[in-house]
Amino acid sequence: MEQRRSPHVEGSAGQDIGRRRFLGYLLAGPTLVAAAQLGAGAESAEAAVPSPPEPAEVYDLNDLLTLAATPTSNLIAVVVHPDGTVSFDMPRAESGQGITTMAAMLIAEELDLPLEKINVTLADARPELVWNQLTGGSNTTISMYTPIRVAAAIAKGQLLQAAAMKLDETVTRLTPHLGFIQAPDGRKLSYGELAQAAAGRETKQVETDLKPESEFSVIGTPRNRIDALEAVTGRKKYAMDLDVEGALPTMVCRPPTIKGTVRSVNNAAEVRQMPGITDVVAISTGVAVRGRTFGQCISAIRALDVSWGPGTVDDMSDEDVLADIRKAEIPLAVPDVDPLAETVEGEFTFHFRNNAALEPQTAVADVRSDSAEVWAPLQSPILCQELLAKQLGLSVNAVTVHVEQAGGAFGRRFFSDPVIEAAEASQKMGKRVKLMWHRVDECRQGRTHPMCTSRIRASLLDDNVLTFEQRHTSVATDYTMGFGEVITSMAGKIPPLGQGNELGYSNTIFATTVNVPYKFGAVTQLLNEIYEYDTFPSGSNRNLVNPDVRTAQELIVDRIAAKMGKDPYRFRKEFADDERVLAVLDKVAEVGEWGREMPANTAQGITVHKEYKGAIATLVEIDCRPETVNRKIRNAVTGPRVTKAVVAVDPGFAVNPRGLEAQMQGGLMDGIAQALTSSLHLRDGVFLEGSWDNYFYTRQWNTPFDVQIVVMPPTTGEPGGAGELGVPSAMASVACAYARATGTMPTSFPINHGTLSFDPKPTVPPLPPSPTDGLQHTY
Amino acid sequence: MPEHTFKLNGKQVTVDVEDDVRLLWVIRDILEVYGPKYGCGINVCKACTCHINGKAFNPCSVRVADIEPDDEITTIEGLPGTVGKDLHPMQEAWLEHDVAQCGYCQPGQIMAAVAKVRQARAEGHEVGDADLDEIRNICRCGTYNRIREAVRTGAEHM
Repeated sequence: MEQRRSPHVEGSAGQDIGRRRFLGYLLAGPTLVAAAQLGAGAESAEAAVPSPPEPAEVYDLNDLLTLAATPTSNLIAVVVHPDGTVSFDMPRAESGQGITTMAAMLIAEELDLPLEKINVTLADARPELVWNQLTGGSNTTISMYTPIRVAAAIAKGQLLQAAAMKLDETVTRLTPHLGFIQAPDGRKLSYGELAQAAAGRETKQVETDLKPESEFSVIGTPRNRIDALEAVTGRKKYAMDLDVEGALPTMVCRPPTIKGTVRSVNNAAEVRQMPGITDVVAISTGVAVRGRTFGQCISAIRALDVSWGPGTVDDMSDEDVLADIRKAEIPLAVPDVDPLAETVEGEFTFHFRNNAALEPQTAVADVRSDSAEVWAPLQSPILCQELLAKQLGLSVNAVTVHVEQAGGAFGRRFFSDPVIEAAEASQKMGKRVKLMWHRVDECRQGRTHPMCTSRIRASLLDDNVLTFEQRHTSVATDYTMGFGEVITSMAGKIPPLGQGNELGYSNTIFATTVNVPYKFGAVTQLLNEIYEYDTFPSGSNRNLVNPDVRTAQELIVDRIAAKMGKDPYRFRKEFADDERVLAVLDKVAEVGEWGREMPANTAQGITVHKEYKGAIATLVEIDCRPETVNRKIRNAVTGPRVTKAVVAVDPGFAVNPRGLEAQMQGGLMDGIAQALTSSLHLRDGVFLEGSWDNYFYTRQWNTPFDVQIVVMPPTTGEPGGAGELGVPSAMASVACAYARATGTMPTSFPINHGTLSFDPKPTVPPLPPSPTDGLQHTY
Repeated sequence: MPEHTFKLNGKQVTVDVEDDVRLLWVIRDILEVYGPKYGCGINVCKACTCHINGKAFNPCSVRVADIEPDDEITTIEGLPGTVGKDLHPMQEAWLEHDVAQCGYCQPGQIMAAVAKVRQARAEGHEVGDADLDEIRNICRCGTYNRIREAVRTGAEHM
């Protein structure tokens, strides 16, 4: 892995940070609390010269998210405690991305404090933050990089002043180092000893410098996760591991079709008498069962006799949805180009996919007559709090929402469905509940990345691509929880979206996230959606529409290259529209030995992507030889195997190159799954998949043997987003490699969707029994 | 209610619970040992992987009544105790390679890894790609490559 600190880059936006002054706050209190504003407050202390209008393409989703945060002007605070530790209550969700580690690194850098002295926790819902407590769009590092540093730098300044008083020295003669302030004569005071003396007597605005990049010793260096020890010892707590007195296991008996409804519960009294069971009540989404153990809840759910009403898509199957999509497809325009131009076209289908994490949906709820308290992993906790208040008839201030560490999120935890359910159950039972979804619930009633098609038509003449049209048609994606406010508030203000609100959320997201990273002539990309946003319980997979949009594009790019008689790498090199894209492309070609001799039925694929203020290229090698495709592993879907992957990533500036590397590996695994194996099959209003033995996310037997991640040297000096950046190029490269290895361009994803590789589990009862033969499978 | 007794992480424990409750729920909901995680309840995701008498198994798929009084159940919490240290070499390897992301599957991954190394050795070889391909534990963050590296490192110190 390559990573070196940034040399001075002329004209780079980030380079002035060290010389600019920033505004923050010293807050009144018994110990030192320094704060900074998210968004606007992190601006330079000098009056900023207004920027000239920026080209429309600069407004990507992250600009929207960052700008939406601006007017809220609220504070994040770094607290220095008398025991010498520092704490930071982060208004974001940690779900594996490594943002708590990132925050700790920023604080360690500006405060000159060892990482292990810093405790980063997740803030409860803070309604005053309005839009500024949303974790998504790979935006956390982008939006928090400066504010966290400002708060930490102010804290250091206050510690220095307090030390100067105590040591009778001038501040400039003192040195902060690893939690101590040292005087030239060797005298030193710990931050703990200074915390109270440095505390604010009154709240006041303070100016500070930030460390210049040239002095960084933590930021930009590879660091392990701050919660790694807790994770490997089993001590890391998730919502279901919390000891909330009296909160007993609770599960929901769910309908046999998507969004079906409860007509009547025919044997509630009987089921209530089952061992361990304390409560059985109908709620909006099914029948909630509470008991001593989750195992007994599963048994009770299996015993329930419920009459179900219809759902929203009963009788519909994959082919019906696809037919509706095809009817709604916007025609490709007939390009007005030279009559001698050749045309390359393709239509691609992307099937429904599940976005569930390994930790299922969970929530602990304690609803009283005048208050409510919930604990759950949430990407959008303020919305959850508002929804709960509305549902329970309470004021927002009477609802406390604790954000728990998530066992993965991937967009699924924007939605508060499990918390709403838990609150309803708690209210109706008059008891505390610890509610968890069964895995089957996740597959069959969980959120799904919508089925879509992407059609592309390109026209070429000689060595030029004259036009490149893409028409994306999709089942509606639900963006109403989490993204809604941000986008609606901003959409009307941002060029070229001046049309304002008549463009819906999805079109705004589409317009601000998609692009074609090549110098093609007239490029148009349009999205059209069918159905209501809630016809299917939908939500985005990691990276929203781009895994599909970019895979379609890159397959066509390979076709265009072939038509021009050019190699896929050299074609991309010639047409890449951005120097950073070109640099990562060259890097993977070099490290991955592009064009090396390979056996028949194996091939390389190479693609690029730019998003989240970063650039990425992925080179994969795939093995489609029969002996590999048909390899046998018990109860496993094997198929073509990606044997090697090389990823080069330029995030602008990597705060933690090791965390970035992990995110790229994860994105690669998602891309492999979406290209080759993972999808849902809709049949008669229900998804056939019932668990991980039906839903084929990448497993060890699908994992490449050789994965190399190259982190490029800093380019912009400012960190971009990492969480989702790895997915689209990975998926596209796997698809392109598959096309080259087999000689057939795949047009339906994942490629194995046409084969149902399992016997569907029954829908009534909705849950399978837990097996009893576990001792026959020990090893 | 029937009484069941077995050894959990070196201590004899006794619970009053129906025979057919699966061991995972006895461990988590009654004994409040939370290292083993739920991910599917049907022995496919392997997030709850623990050891019984030193071998990997999944307590989501074993009735508590099928556990004998002298059976030794080890969860991630008890793994270091099996080597008399603060951390098992496999946990050390996990830290060295910074494997975990969200961390939810990792207790199960580590328990599976330890058993896999022992299984390979019982078969007369060191753990290799074919063995690693057989690890069934799902990781939705996609830490598979770091797991492969860490298992090899951990094996060197086991």
